[in-house]
Amino acid sequence: MASQTGGAPERGAGDVWVVVEQHDGVAAEVSLELLGRARELAGTLGVSVGAVLAGAGAPVRALAPALVARGADTVYLADHEALTHYLALPYTAVVSHLVREHRPQIVLYGATTTGRDLAPRVASTLRTGLTADCTDLRIGDFTAKGQEYADLLYQIRPAFGGNIIATIVSPEHKPQMATVREGVMVMPEADESRTGTVVDVPVQRSSAAVADAGRIVLTDADFVVTLVRRVQKEKKVDLKGARVVVSGGVGVGSREGFALVEELARTLGGVVGASRAAVDAGWVSHEHQVGQTGTTVRPKLYIACGISGSVQHRAGMDQSARILAINNDPLAPIFAVAHYGIAGDLHKVIPLLIKAYRTKA
Amino acid sequence: MPQLRIVVLVKQVPDTANVTGEAMKEDGTVNRAALPTVFNPEDLNALEEAIKLRERHGARVTVITMGPPAAAQVLRESLYRGADEVVLLTDKAFAGADTLATSYALALAVRKLGGADLVLCGRQAIDGDTAQVGPQTAEKLGYPQITCVSRIDALAPGGEAGPGDARARGSVTATRSIEGGFETLTSTLPCLLTVTGEANDPRPPSVKLVMTYKDIAAEAMPQYDDTYLDPESDEAEVCMIGRDGKPVCRARIVQWDHEALAADRESLGLRGSPTRVKEIESVVLAQSEARMVEPDEDGVNTLVHELIEEHILG
Repeated sequence: MASQTGGAPERGAGDVWVVVEQHDGVAAEVSLELLGRARELAGTLGVSVGAVLAGAGAPVRALAPALVARGADTVYLADHEALTHYLALPYTAVVSHLVREHRPQIVLYGATTTGRDLAPRVASTLRTGLTADCTDLRIGDFTAKGQEYADLLYQIRPAFGGNIIATIVSPEHKPQMATVREGVMVMPEADESRTGTVVDVPVQRSSAAVADAGRIVLTDADFVVTLVRRVQKEKKVDLKGARVVVSGGVGVGSREGFALVEELARTLGGVVGASRAAVDAGWVSHEHQVGQTGTTVRPKLYIACGISGSVQHRAGMDQSARILAINNDPLAPIFAVAHYGIAGDLHKVIPLLIKAYRTKA
Repeated sequence: MPQLRIVVLVKQVPDTANVTGEAMKEDGTVNRAALPTVFNPEDLNALEEAIKLRERHGARVTVITMGPPAAAQVLRESLYRGADEVVLLTDKAFAGADTLATSYALALAVRKLGGADLVLCGRQAIDGDTAQVGPQTAEKLGYPQITCVSRIDALAPGGEAGPGDARARGSVTATRSIEGGFETLTSTLPCLLTVTGEANDPRPPSVKLVMTYKDIAAEAMPQYDDTYLDPESDEAEVCMIGRDGKPVCRARIVQWDHEALAADRESLGLRGSPTRVKEIESVVLAQSEARMVEPDEDGVNTLVHELIEEHILG
């Protein structure tokens, strides 16, 4: 990759970057997970890892060492009052400016509502490719029309409602960008002995555009959207950390039926999960959803009650250590990923399970 | 006050929620032809929001789709639900577009209409689930965006204050779902919103409008000329009398190709797409190895005992 200035390659050229998401000085878990994978990708490519961190004040600044400990070599810190809360336009300006200046070859984002708001806007600004909601990232070669491209980013994701897994590449355009689902990359251990550099990125708030290549200038046009309020409850449902997940699907039949699923979860000390159909039916809130558009779980035991097992759902639970499926249709696809199957009426089977556990335990 | 202009971007998609065995080819790729097509569900929610806003504020609702000629069906369905004007972007030059090239064509079409106060689209389409076309179209139009909108709280159409005054531009306030909560944002107009399924329950098609539009075909109309939508125009054809007693003009399916959009060929379709599909694998289920347990007391007791023995259950 040619240097922008024609002189020595500038800091960060060809690196692997993670755009870190933080709210009120707390980094999103997926950002830390991504630093681990970025570290591996950078190792394969023989480059460094950069982290872009935008926000305001001491709590954000204090995150930098944690990012280094998880794998960043350089933290690009854009600290300005105007960046206190995430807003699409100013954050797009910051990330686009830094990418143009430092020319990383790969830029990764968490596939959260924030990441999926920001990344496409940045991709469009930079006229580069972007793959949404990846479940795996690797480095590999690509050949098209007799042309060979070495060391591209394989952006691997389910598509077509989860019925296929597609590997996407962006051969000609840089940086290669992807959003990645939370929970699919392994959280790296924090290594406090790692060292890195924090680069302070100058940001200026101005009413109108001023030509200043050395700093990021945010104008009034970047602030036509204002945050009225933000309400975020403490995450009450910890599906990711659960040892046992008991999930209900459309076969549960009703809100009352779902209470049975909840009782089994309570009895086993587990957390309630759900298929998308059960969430759409209004029996349980979205935070319980397991699957492609919900949470990816890896408990010791996953009990699927009345869940037929769409590809989307299986994508979120098939890494569980043990899977027990209860379904009155013995041909339901869920049995193909299950270790134990009970073909029967869950309204009879769940009470038997509850009774059996209470008497044995 | 000038009429509020709302553009809705919609997509015809394969019904991925009902993929059956026949839809997968032997080589593991998807046989699109074997799949029924549907109106992308969240785009219907976007259209519903547009019609609701028109009922409150008065507006012209224009629906745009890009796709093969058969995609005209989602435009007919938009007319059945009350869209005023519909545009089909169809051209071989658009084929193979990824989200970047798609947003380029859509943004040109919105520009050709003279821009909009609000652009609405579904959060994501069920065939790709990327949620990228909305923000990328907004960026190309230079409009701000609010994505993942579960509720439009307020709309203040512009034009009530003097020029230069922010109020003259109008504003929209919307609530978006975020992890474990929500946030409410206010944007000046124009603005692009992507709407989720939580926003509303889309209305069913109107029987009267179905009768009016079921056989309507797309017509190439390279120049943008909407006089046929004006009851006073000689070109106009009245299809029904609206709720307000005024005649409603029969819409057409306006068809534009890349020339009508004055598009740069290098930015369209596969040529304008940075991303390439390297490989597609079908998700093949491993042969079932589940140990079947009898759905009776003995079977369940044995299973629970075993899970406890193996420390799977505490």
